Amino acid sequence: MFLINCPYCGERDQQEFKAGGEAHIERPKQPTELSDDEWAEYLFMRKNIKGVQFERWNHAHGCRKWFNMVRDTSNDEIKAIYKMGEKPPAQ
Amino acid sequence: MRNKYSVFSLIKNALSYHENWQRAWKDPAPKKEYDAIIVGGGGHGLATAYYLAKKHNMNNIAVVEKGWIGGGNTGRNTTIIRSNYLWDASAGLYDHALKIWEGLSQELNYNVMFSQRGVMNLAHNLQDVRDLKRRTHANRLNGIDAVYLSTEEVKKFCPIINTSPDIRYPVLGGTLQRRAGTARHDAVAWGYARGADAMGVDIIQNCEVKGIKRNGDSVEGIETTKGFIKTKKVGVVAAGHSSVIANMAGLRLPLESKPLQALVSEPVKPIIDTVVMSNAVHAYVSQSDKGELVIGAGTDDYVSYTQKGSHQIVEGTLNAILELYPIFSRMRMLRQWGGIVDICPDASPILSKTSIKGLYFNCGWGTGGFKATPGSGDLFAHTIANDEPHKLNAAFNLNRFVSGDLVDEHGAAAVAH
Repeated sequence: MFLINCPYCGERDQQEFKAGGEAHIERPKQPTELSDDEWAEYLFMRKNIKGVQFERWNHAHGCRKWFNMVRDTSNDEIKAIYKMGEKPPAQ
Repeated sequence: MRNKYSVFSLIKNALSYHENWQRAWKDPAPKKEYDAIIVGGGGHGLATAYYLAKKHNMNNIAVVEKGWIGGGNTGRNTTIIRSNYLWDASAGLYDHALKIWEGLSQELNYNVMFSQRGVMNLAHNLQDVRDLKRRTHANRLNGIDAVYLSTEEVKKFCPIINTSPDIRYPVLGGTLQRRAGTARHDAVAWGYARGADAMGVDIIQNCEVKGIKRNGDSVEGIETTKGFIKTKKVGVVAAGHSSVIANMAGLRLPLESKPLQALVSEPVKPIIDTVVMSNAVHAYVSQSDKGELVIGAGTDDYVSYTQKGSHQIVEGTLNAILELYPIFSRMRMLRQWGGIVDICPDASPILSKTSIKGLYFNCGWGTGGFKATPGSGDLFAHTIANDEPHKLNAAFNLNRFVSGDLVDEHGAAAVAH
């Protein structure tokens, strides 16, 4: 349980948010060309990092907008928050 | 030679004030090389080592554990054992484990306090009723004991449940597996450790894996905080930290690690003599032999390795518990904790070879691995020893995420995740 600084609404309780998993997984540009292995990689395989991880979050019970977060999963410390489409901060 | 525990050894040791009991397992330094190394000294890892030594004559093996044995999820779960899963593959896997549980204390000469007190799963809406009836039929076709109960039968089996029709999520029925129950989680780890140690397995605690050494596509050994150990076979049984070990070997797994919480109340006199689980309202409860209510809460929806979890998850579970069991309204909770569970997209485990020769993974048990401990160890030992899965774990391979042949057990999970 922690506070999240929504880039649109400001600091709110984590209860209002929905975690959307790993960020920057690009949707295949040509899905018909993909092999089964590549589909598995895109759909299921995750880094699941213990440490600094890039994630998507949604302010589900607020503005309902998506944004990105850099968070240390070993202590839940939020390092950075940035909007969709913005460049991820260097880590 | 390991001394046998018996009433005679109890009397003999009582005469010397219980000060001369033999150590249950040694505390060896790692050798330079082993035939196989198990990473992770929880129940599943220790059981794997035990069956490798016992059934496959692999005695020159080690279990490395970064903390102390049984200090991870083995000591953090709610100790529930059942096998009433929907799909054939899961039914085979979990009932294999349940059958081993039934003779485990005798086999290990260690009382794991397996208690077949029954597990009841409740239905709270019409879809639950249809799903649980279907599951009852599927279980019976697979030779697994299951009965469907009406609301009145639920009340008769567990009288403290509030079956009033005017609660928010009324009890419309339930299923009962009488062979299901609970066991003492610490004893399972200790019993397997003692059994494995007696057959020559080295159990190395406080030894964290820092790297997997590869030569091309084969495993050569592991780097640990106690130095490099050579081996050609590594079986990883690291639960929530499976992805961390996989990343060391350059692999990615279809896992997300999340905190799952549980809590216990102050101890009280016997009040609930079975296990009651409810998926729809997310509440399950049983009572330990010490008298504590053992309550399982849910997972958080974000990846975290903090072993904490969010407060609102506990609050939601306790709301549901209080509506179902008004008699608990003045109970005080004693302790709350979290464990890190590794969840697969299809809520089924992985017991599998990998693309790297000699590297095996046993992971993805998610929120319900404890019940499978003996079966998981037995089948994973088979997979490592023969470099081929047993027919009971063949469906639980890593390749199912490529082929699409998933074992979708979300519906048979005791609680939603």
